[in-house]
Amino acid sequence: MSLELEFADGRDVFATEDMVLNMGPQHPSTHGVLRFIIRADGEVMRSAKADVGYLHRSIEKIAEKVGWHGFMPYTDRVDYVAAMTTNQAWAMAAEVLGGVTVPRRGEYCRVIAAELGRICSHLLAAGAMGMDIGAITPFTHAVRERELINDLLEELCGARLTFNYMRIGGVAWDLPPGFGAKVLRFLDHFEPYVDELDDLLSGNKIYIERLANVAVVSRERAIAYNLVGPNLRASGVKYDIRKHLPYSVYPEFDFEVPIGEGRHGSVGDCWDRYIVRLHEMRQSARILRQAIDGLPEGPVIAKVPRNYKPAAGEVHVHVETPRGDQSWYVVADGTEYPYRVHIRTGSFAAMAMIEELSRGLMIADLVALIASFDIVAPEVDR
Amino acid sequence: MNTAAIQQFLHERFGAAVGPVESARLFDYVEVDPSAVEEVALVLRDHPDLAFDCLNNLSGCDRPTRGRIQITYELFSYVHRHAFVMKVGARRDRPEVRTVERVWPAANWLEREIYDLLGVIFLGHSDLRRLLLPDDWVGYPLRKDYVEAPEYHGISTVRESALKLSERR
Repeated sequence: MSLELEFADGRDVFATEDMVLNMGPQHPSTHGVLRFIIRADGEVMRSAKADVGYLHRSIEKIAEKVGWHGFMPYTDRVDYVAAMTTNQAWAMAAEVLGGVTVPRRGEYCRVIAAELGRICSHLLAAGAMGMDIGAITPFTHAVRERELINDLLEELCGARLTFNYMRIGGVAWDLPPGFGAKVLRFLDHFEPYVDELDDLLSGNKIYIERLANVAVVSRERAIAYNLVGPNLRASGVKYDIRKHLPYSVYPEFDFEVPIGEGRHGSVGDCWDRYIVRLHEMRQSARILRQAIDGLPEGPVIAKVPRNYKPAAGEVHVHVETPRGDQSWYVVADGTEYPYRVHIRTGSFAAMAMIEELSRGLMIADLVALIASFDIVAPEVDR
Repeated sequence: MNTAAIQQFLHERFGAAVGPVESARLFDYVEVDPSAVEEVALVLRDHPDLAFDCLNNLSGCDRPTRGRIQITYELFSYVHRHAFVMKVGARRDRPEVRTVERVWPAANWLEREIYDLLGVIFLGHSDLRRLLLPDDWVGYPLRKDYVEAPEYHGISTVRESALKLSERR
C-alpha cells in the first residue's frame, strides 16, 4: 500500500495555508485606535501590515485656518501623552520665524514642564510595557506615580492632560508659589520609586524571556528607518536632540544620554528599549533638580503682538519629545496664518518599521514590539 | 560639509539637474530636478564624505503661484553629524517625482503621506496607497485649491455656526 501524499488535484496533503487575522482597530494593546492585518503561518507572522488613519484629525490643515496663537491648543492633541513638548515645538517654530526671544525664566519653566511631562510619558510606557505582556502590578504603581505629576501640572496650568501651557514667546503662567519645593519633594519620593520599578520589572525572569532578543533593530536599520529618541538610542546610537542639537536652556544642565547595551540579549531588542526609558526618567529627575536650583528671576513671557505675523520664511525645528526627535517644518508667508505645517513624529517613524520587523515574529510578540516602540496612535495620524 | 560644498560636489556630477544654493531665510537648500532625485539621493547616501544615512523628514508644500508642489528632503548624517536640505519642485499639473524609498526605507510612509494629502505621484514606489485618509476620499486636502465635498457617505461635512444656532433659539 503506498502512502498518498497528494490530493487528486496535485496539492500536497501536508501543505498549510496562511491565515489572515485582523487585530484592532479596537484592541487593548494597540495604545490607541489602530489596526493590523496579520498574515500568519500558525503562530508565526509572515507580515503585519499597519492600517493607520483612524485618529486623523487633519491637525496640519487646521493650522492653516486658526492662526499662530490659535494653533497652540491643537498641538496638545498631536501627542496627548506628552503635550508639553509638542507645545514647545510649536512655540519654538513660531518664535524662530518671528525672531522672538524667550526670557530665561520662561525657558526654565518650559524645561521644568517638559521634563515632568517626559517622566509622565515614560512611566506610562514602562508600566504599559509590563501590562501588555502580563505583569499588571507595575502598571498600577506607574499610574499612581503619574497621578502625582498630573497634580503638579494641574497646579501649574489647570489641566491634567492637554495643557496648553506654552505661548509664543514664553509660557502662560509663572510657577505657582512653593512649586519648586513641591517638585523637589516629589523627586525625593520618585527617585527611590524608579529603583523599585527597576527591581520589580527589569530583572523578572518572565519579563526578560518575553523581551530579550525579540524584534532586534540593528543600528543601521534604525537609522535607515529614521527611528528617533529612545528607540534609536536602544540600538546603540548616542543621539539626543537636547544634547546634540541643543535648544532652550538644555546646554546649562548636566545629564547623560543612556543607550541600549544588550544586557540580557542583543543591542536593540525590546528589553533595551524599555531600560533606556527607565534610565531616562532618572536623567529627567536630574535635570529637574538643576532647573529648580538655578531658576532665574524675571518675566516668563516676551512681549508678542496679539496679531502675530512673522515674515515669510521656512523653518525646521527639532525637539526631543519622549518619543524622540519631533521634526517640524513650518512655512510662513507673512500673513496671520501659517502657510504650511508638517509634523514628523517619533511614532510615525516607528510605526512605518513594524511591517519589516514583524516578519518571522510570533503574534504575541507583536504586542511587545508595539509597547517597546511606545507608539501613541494619535501621534501617527495627527 | 556645509550646503555650499555639497552643492558644488553634486553640481560637478549632475550638472544642470542640481541647482545653485538658495536661501529660505532660515536655512539654505539646493533644488534638484524631479527625474534626477533618486541618483542624487544615492550619491548623498553612499559617498563616504557625505554619508547621509538618514532621511529625517520629508514634507510637501503646495505653491500654486509657482505652479509647483515643493517637496523638502531633510537629510542627516549620523556619521558626520551634518545636515542637508534638498528640494524638488513637482509640476502641479503633472506631479511626478522618482521615489527614494529604495535609498532610505523611511521614505516609504513619508511619500505615502504626501501622496495622500497633496497628490504627488512617486514613480516606482512599491505601495503607493492613501495612508491617513480613507481609500475612497476624493481630492487632496492640503492643496491650496482643495474644496471639501459637502458630504462623505451621507455624513455632512458642514456644520452651521454655533453662534447662528443660538440666535435662532
